[in-house]
Amino acid sequence: MATAAIRASGVVKSFGEGEARVTALRGVELETAFGEMVYIVGPSGSGKTTLLSVLSGVLRPNAGSVLVEGVDIWKLETNALATLRLNKIGFVFQDFHLFPRLTTAENVAVPLILKRQDWDDSLSEAVKYLDIVGLKGRAQLPPVKLSGGEQQRVAIARAIVSQPDILIMDEPTASLDGDTGRSVVRFVREKVLNEKRCIIVVTHDDRINEFASRILTMEDGRLTGTKKAKS
Amino acid sequence: MKGILRLAFKLLVNDKAKFTALIVGITFAVFLMVQMTSLFAGVLNRSSATVLNIGASVWVMDPSVQTVANSIGMPDYVLDGVRSIKGVKYAVPLYSGAALLKLPSGTFQAANVIGLDDATLLGRPELIEGKIEDIYAENAFIAVSDSEFAKLESPHIGSEFELNDHRGRIAGIAKVASSGLFGVPTLYTTYYRALQYIPSPRFTISYVLVEPKSRDDIPEIKRAVSQLGYRAVTSDEFVQMISDFYKYKTGMGMNILIMTVISFIVGLSISGQTFYTFILENLEKFGALKAIGATNHDLIAMILFQAGFTCLTGYGLGIGLCTLLIVLAKLRMPDYASMITYTNLALAFFMVLIIASVSSYVGVRRVLRIEPFDIFRG
Repeated sequence: MATAAIRASGVVKSFGEGEARVTALRGVELETAFGEMVYIVGPSGSGKTTLLSVLSGVLRPNAGSVLVEGVDIWKLETNALATLRLNKIGFVFQDFHLFPRLTTAENVAVPLILKRQDWDDSLSEAVKYLDIVGLKGRAQLPPVKLSGGEQQRVAIARAIVSQPDILIMDEPTASLDGDTGRSVVRFVREKVLNEKRCIIVVTHDDRINEFASRILTMEDGRLTGTKKAKS
Repeated sequence: MKGILRLAFKLLVNDKAKFTALIVGITFAVFLMVQMTSLFAGVLNRSSATVLNIGASVWVMDPSVQTVANSIGMPDYVLDGVRSIKGVKYAVPLYSGAALLKLPSGTFQAANVIGLDDATLLGRPELIEGKIEDIYAENAFIAVSDSEFAKLESPHIGSEFELNDHRGRIAGIAKVASSGLFGVPTLYTTYYRALQYIPSPRFTISYVLVEPKSRDDIPEIKRAVSQLGYRAVTSDEFVQMISDFYKYKTGMGMNILIMTVISFIVGLSISGQTFYTFILENLEKFGALKAIGATNHDLIAMILFQAGFTCLTGYGLGIGLCTLLIVLAKLRMPDYASMITYTNLALAFFMVLIIASVSSYVGVRRVLRIEPFDIFRG
């Protein structure tokens, strides 16, 4: 049996204390496989972002386990967890979080630099990935000179430059207009997804549903069902 | 790690406005600190000018003497008594006193007159014009070519002046290691001529200069001089004694200390605040780095490098600026008493290290507290 990309069981996460305590995740069970693009959708406050954070190793759950490629990530110590994120998981943040003081190529090279790769080699590799996302000609520009869609593609290039097995995308179309959002997600589906990679997307945008392999619905801290599966 | 530090460097210097504010803050603080302390060092150096220029190993004086300029006359038997101490190779008298000169133009000018032992001329300065034996000529004085030389109307060999209705004649021009503190020119003559020309109290020996047979004899000389009711100190101790007087008994040390502390606080506030703002503005970027996989160790290294680089650059610029100002000031004002010592540099460096440590500490604390989850929440 193939190892799941991510397997979460009995994940519980609460915030606050006493009467102010809010339970964001209530025993979430989830399994994703390589080669699929899974959407997590649901109303605001349903726990989507919290789940994404727990799955990607940035927010410790109160209970339950998360296995990334068979490794229980919440049993790792802090630095080992950071290293696992660096090597196994790529992030595309809602607001991109690109560094305005670096060039586009340097932004993309950041994960490689954190992996202690040589500066010049990292930049060369980054330019290759900028080529993949169609922005090779913008390598020396700062991100502020790029459009929203281009910045999103830079963020995607940064997320995949270290060839992670899992790609986490948080509201990837939230800062983009409809057409640009669709083109970015189409690009991810066609160029980034492969049989060795799993992509998890948190989104409100049902205009991009056609690109999903599975759509999981979340309500009140629980995954309540699968809305659609793309063949 | 090299790549991470390069990343930190680019994040820092590419934010030109913040980086400039940081550098200006540190530079200004270092400039003020070094300026204050070098001024003080210059004053202290000049206050001990006579001790440094005479160069005797041991000085015997009245116990009440606090600075070299305020000597208290000692009776002649002190000289004989010191000469009889076991371990003394030789001992000679020194006269140090103030005089009012009437210059050829008719103006009056205060001067410091040093009377050297007639037999040995111990403590004589290095001559740049004339011969030292000319000091024995009639009415002969040697003028010191220091920053006060022009106040004697820039005399040359043969120039004449009046001192207490006696004729004085310049027989040589000398140079010395250090100029005096009080802005008056210095003349050297023989001990007995100084006594003849300058009205003197009953006791005339300002200091007895002693050369011990060996350094090991100094404690015994000190003890024996103490039994005579006087005090013997080495030249280093005398310099320290004078420094202590200016530091602790004139208020000058406290004023300089306060100004230095204020400079430090100003520098710390400007750079600490600016660096903290820099960290705050980049907090979400550091959070993104943390989410991507930067370890706490990576982030601490980046912040320490940024703080260290800024502070060291500011330190270098501050020292350079201070040096430039001192050089320019000395071109315009030869009297300007300011000197940068290794102690000044070390003190400023230590304070800059504190500024860097405090700035990076607050930055590190803030960055380590940020949760990558906050980046997802936006």
